[in-house]
Amino acid sequence: MVIGALYGLGMLGLLFAGLFFLSFNDPELARTATVLAGSAAVLGWALIPVLATGVDLTLDPARFVTFAVPLPKLLAGLGLGGLIGIPGAVTLLAALGSAAVWWRSPAALAAGVVSALVAVFTCVIAARVTVAASTSLASSRRFKDISGLAAIIPLMLLGPIIAGISSGISSAQGYLPSLARTLSWTPLGAAWAVPGDVALDQPGAAAAKLGIAVVFLALLVWVWKVLLVRALITPAHNAGARRKGGKLGFFGLFPPTPTGAVAARALTYWIRDPRYGASLLIIPLMLVLLVFLGTQDGMGPSLILYAGPLLGFLLGYGISADVSYDNTAFALHVGTGVSGTADRAGRVIGCAVFALPVTVLAAVLPCVLLGETDLIPVLLGVSLAVLLGGLGLSSVVSARYTYNVPLPGENAFKTPPGSGGRTALVQGLGMLAQVVIVLPVLVLAVTALVSENPLWDWLTLAGGVLLGAGLLVAGIRIGGRWLDRRAPEMLAAVSVHK
Amino acid sequence: MSDSVFPETPAVPAAPALAVRGLGKRFGEKIAVNGISLDVPAGSFYGLVGPNGAGKTTLLSMATGLLRPEHGQVWVHGTDVWAEPLKVKRLMGVLPDGVRLFDRLTGEQLVTYSGLLRGMDRGTVAERVRDLLEAMDLTNDAGTLVVDYSAGMTKKIALASALIHAPRLLVLDEPFEAVDPVSAANIRDILSGYVGSGGTVIVSSHVMDLVQRMCDHVAVVAGGNLLAAGTVDEVRGGETLEERFVQLVGGRTHSEGLPWLRTS
Repeated sequence: MVIGALYGLGMLGLLFAGLFFLSFNDPELARTATVLAGSAAVLGWALIPVLATGVDLTLDPARFVTFAVPLPKLLAGLGLGGLIGIPGAVTLLAALGSAAVWWRSPAALAAGVVSALVAVFTCVIAARVTVAASTSLASSRRFKDISGLAAIIPLMLLGPIIAGISSGISSAQGYLPSLARTLSWTPLGAAWAVPGDVALDQPGAAAAKLGIAVVFLALLVWVWKVLLVRALITPAHNAGARRKGGKLGFFGLFPPTPTGAVAARALTYWIRDPRYGASLLIIPLMLVLLVFLGTQDGMGPSLILYAGPLLGFLLGYGISADVSYDNTAFALHVGTGVSGTADRAGRVIGCAVFALPVTVLAAVLPCVLLGETDLIPVLLGVSLAVLLGGLGLSSVVSARYTYNVPLPGENAFKTPPGSGGRTALVQGLGMLAQVVIVLPVLVLAVTALVSENPLWDWLTLAGGVLLGAGLLVAGIRIGGRWLDRRAPEMLAAVSVHK
Repeated sequence: MSDSVFPETPAVPAAPALAVRGLGKRFGEKIAVNGISLDVPAGSFYGLVGPNGAGKTTLLSMATGLLRPEHGQVWVHGTDVWAEPLKVKRLMGVLPDGVRLFDRLTGEQLVTYSGLLRGMDRGTVAERVRDLLEAMDLTNDAGTLVVDYSAGMTKKIALASALIHAPRLLVLDEPFEAVDPVSAANIRDILSGYVGSGGTVIVSSHVMDLVQRMCDHVAVVAGGNLLAAGTVDEVRGGETLEERFVQLVGGRTHSEGLPWLRTS
């Protein structure tokens, strides 16, 4: 909260500096800038609360179902309530600041204050409408699962997106004023354009745009009222379609043994549980990032050659928190007395089924695409050593250490409270260990790259496969033995955080 | 040995289905279970009752190999639970309370999973899963993810997972919580039939009425201590189980209640 307030204040300071600068500039430019920024603000208010599933639901209409608050009071209260808090306060101040840009023309300043208030309420009510409209949608589990994951994509790709936009802006500067002109006739930008139009002596356009803004705001309020009334008389419910059985999924494909069953369950979770899905999402995003960085200066396209080892590293470490992810559902493994080895091996197989082909492809394809086929044995050797060794290491780590992870059903990117230091320590040491255990293969790889003799290339491949496989078997054995001894303690450890 | 002068030793009396000796567990300062000893005869339908926080769940967790006891020992049909856990777990079906399930599986997958984890073959598992879903009235929801189940349906699917390997001892922690009356009656019939065929059931509950009607033995636990144990008739001694329970546990308030909570 404090950090958010500081951040908001900082942004506000920057904004005011910019607005101050604008106020001495051409009114045409000032109008373009306020319309564009204002439209973005309205859009942000409307969309962000829906996408960010971690939003504060204190004012969720569903919470008011059991209280007898008269509707007009509820509407006014919720509307004003939206202004409280950092985003609301910052938007309000910023909007009033944007009106102050027009201090050189009193008429424009007056129009600016009125339209700024209209715009701010448009922001707040738009957020309420989208939240209310999506409440029934958002209470469905599937929506939560997907939106939580989807929200992370733009964040991960922030670098490329900003680069793209800035290069787009510099190449299309002439396009912005016309975009602003178009936006100023839409509900998104209308209110923001009013003072500029007044200052530029276009009272007709100003009145029309103010009209658009007010009518849109009234429309929003009406829609919000309808949605709120509906939300208040139909409390949130979960109406999932009933489905008959008969589809065993992976349970029908894997051999009917304890190991096979664990593998089928693990693979099912990789697909159905967004916490695992989050790790899967990293794969394409990381490839995009590597390609993007390759296009930047000083890097060169050869960066994508690291895709194989990097993916192997991430996927190998992907099952290191498996028991923590199970949480108390792990009681089923303890209660049925499944052997530690079967538990470990099943989880490894469930991951390796897709991780192995993906890693091999990521090691081989870039080499083929870049015409560097002679690098294939070295890269493949390193990638496989890192993946298989990592899976073995994870099997040991997750049999001994648990740490707080998002609970089943929680947002996959939520940072759970407590033991942050411990989590960082276990993960950091684990990743370090993952590099250390494959050191012999890394030495072989470096030798192969330095020397001219292709023998070293093949030695790296053979060494990578052998070392990886050895570490994997050892990891499953050791982890399994630890688990056999300590399964109840592991269950007790995950029960603390439930 | 055959020429021993002593007569042959008589057959060892049938080991109780569950024997608990001096079982104790602390959580920090709080003593959750304070050295409880208890015998559950084979073939009995045994109720474990106690107020909230009495230590029922901790006791049952230790007895079923889910929570390592600080003190004491447990035998299931004569086998030490904590010395030979894998052997014991084959004899036992457990429905723990307050633990999650692998709820991103469908109901059918979850029961199948618990069968396969126990090393059963695919054909037997498929057949029993079908029967269990039928018995629990979940056939029409078999393909729904467990995370989308209601509380009662979740309880029933967990119960099905505990039954699939036809154990000799069933330990059910709060099996009827949130279960609708029709399903509860069906489950009671299943359990009674199971006891009739020689199986042993231990249920924990705080619905005294249910325990009095359903069980033949009962143990009363409060504050981590065993207050009474025996057949239901012994323990209640002519009163209803609920009256006897309140006497044993105490804690009824005899004030005027909430004087303002009157409608007239």
